[in-house]
Amino acid sequence: MDLIVQQTVNALSLGGTYALLALGLAMVFSVLGLINFAHGELMTMTGYAMYFALSAGMPFEVAVLLGILAAMATAMLMERIAFRPVRNAGTATMLLTSFAVSTILHMLFQNLISARPKALPVPEWMVGALNIAGFDIGVIQLISISATALLLFALTIFLRRSTLGIAMRAAALDFPVTRLMGINANMVISTAFAISGLLAGVAGVLWLAQRGSVDPLMGFLPVLKAFIAVVLGGLGSLSGAVLGGFVLAFIEVGLRAFLPEDFLPFRESIALALVILLLLVRPEGLLGRKDAVR
Amino acid sequence: MSSEPNLLSVEGLAVRYGAIEAVRGASLSVRKGEIVTLLGANGAGKSSILNAIMGLVPVAGGRVVLEGTDVAGEPPEKIVRRGMTLTPEGRHVFANLTVAENLLIGAASRRDRAEVEATRADMLELFPILAERRDQLAGTLSGGEQQMLAIARSMMSSPKIVLLDEPSLGLAPQIVDTIFELIVRLRDRGATILLVEQNVELALEIADRGYVLATGAIALEGSARELGRSGDVERAYMGAH
Repeated sequence: MDLIVQQTVNALSLGGTYALLALGLAMVFSVLGLINFAHGELMTMTGYAMYFALSAGMPFEVAVLLGILAAMATAMLMERIAFRPVRNAGTATMLLTSFAVSTILHMLFQNLISARPKALPVPEWMVGALNIAGFDIGVIQLISISATALLLFALTIFLRRSTLGIAMRAAALDFPVTRLMGINANMVISTAFAISGLLAGVAGVLWLAQRGSVDPLMGFLPVLKAFIAVVLGGLGSLSGAVLGGFVLAFIEVGLRAFLPEDFLPFRESIALALVILLLLVRPEGLLGRKDAVR
Repeated sequence: MSSEPNLLSVEGLAVRYGAIEAVRGASLSVRKGEIVTLLGANGAGKSSILNAIMGLVPVAGGRVVLEGTDVAGEPPEKIVRRGMTLTPEGRHVFANLTVAENLLIGAASRRDRAEVEATRADMLELFPILAERRDQLAGTLSGGEQQMLAIARSMMSSPKIVLLDEPSLGLAPQIVDTIFELIVRLRDRGATILLVEQNVELALEIADRGYVLATGAIALEGSARELGRSGDVERAYMGAH
């Protein structure tokens, strides 16, 4: 019982991070048809912003805030400088542009800062565990789960209640007709990038709190997982991206906890094999629409 | 009515898709309070004209003058804010949004909440079925209901002129009659409408004036009554083939 609760908490916490990243990717994809390969660099940007803020002697909370703002600003600048000029040039051009943005940022981190990891000390109160109803639960896991729940809730309210949020859902369904409603295309796309930056920033903070360091390639692995989550949930579906993130995390954590020891080195391959199996059964993804093949 | 100045005048409009010239110097005008219909066979360039007027496809030549301002080349969202909108062919309601959300988004260009609320009440009175279905997803409505929603959504921006692209497309005859009665009621309430239609007879029945398009150029124009009487419309259609 104890093990099950612990592992569920682990899976929820990891799944939350995947879900935030996947949701950011899906938001941009839904309005622009772009899979942004530079999404991981937003997380890395959060890491370095926090590193410099902490080095300058700022409190941890301020560093977190600056880290998230840095990811949002980077996302919006990416859109303005790199993607807007090629917006009408087709998805292949945008995809290649996102590779270029990713590589350029990666090189900048490496050459201007360092290729080696920089330590990011986490405050002591975050390291321990709390005893809740007889179970020891890590503070970082708790923060991660609550932050994810709060963000997903706030985003749902935004998408359901505000005119801009409804406009974003409309734009995901039919972009040209959304413009016929008098809605500014740049505004919708900028907002999508800002939200994807916010989500990547928060995911970045949660990821960093567990790792305790930042390096130029930090964003690569989690965002790769987020891509898998987006496809698993159904490309173009926002709730699918969130679900995909959690499903992937439950598969990974479940395998890590319950696989016989001899099989543990293969757990990543087994996890991906399970994802492929799910996609064979439902090629359009868990919540994808059959007609939404692009 | 002829003393009214032109609300919209299109002068020598050209639209090109690569090497293909879809519209070659088309000119037409719409005065305030009129229903003007643009007729023509499939592929004559009717939708291309509407899309170019709205800025959805690039204008290759000519002018689109709305209330004295040339808006050719402006993005659609800016043209909507100037008071012209389009109900696209095939309805294009936002299927995963509710009826209420579709209407709300139609008013996205307006600031004054009280006025938006008044327009909404007006539209729900004109289209009572939409009030009944307000919390339903638009994708679950019938074709006729979706067409009503698409028109009501356009009206939510309180436009000075609405371009209607093939409102009868794919609808049963009785439903088409209902839609056309509603278009007339919209005009009676002060709307100005440029109507593109395949259903020549019905379009000429409700329109004040009409233009017939053949292979990208205006082949014929006149009052709806003249066009309805002469056999010229059929001849212009045949010329398109």
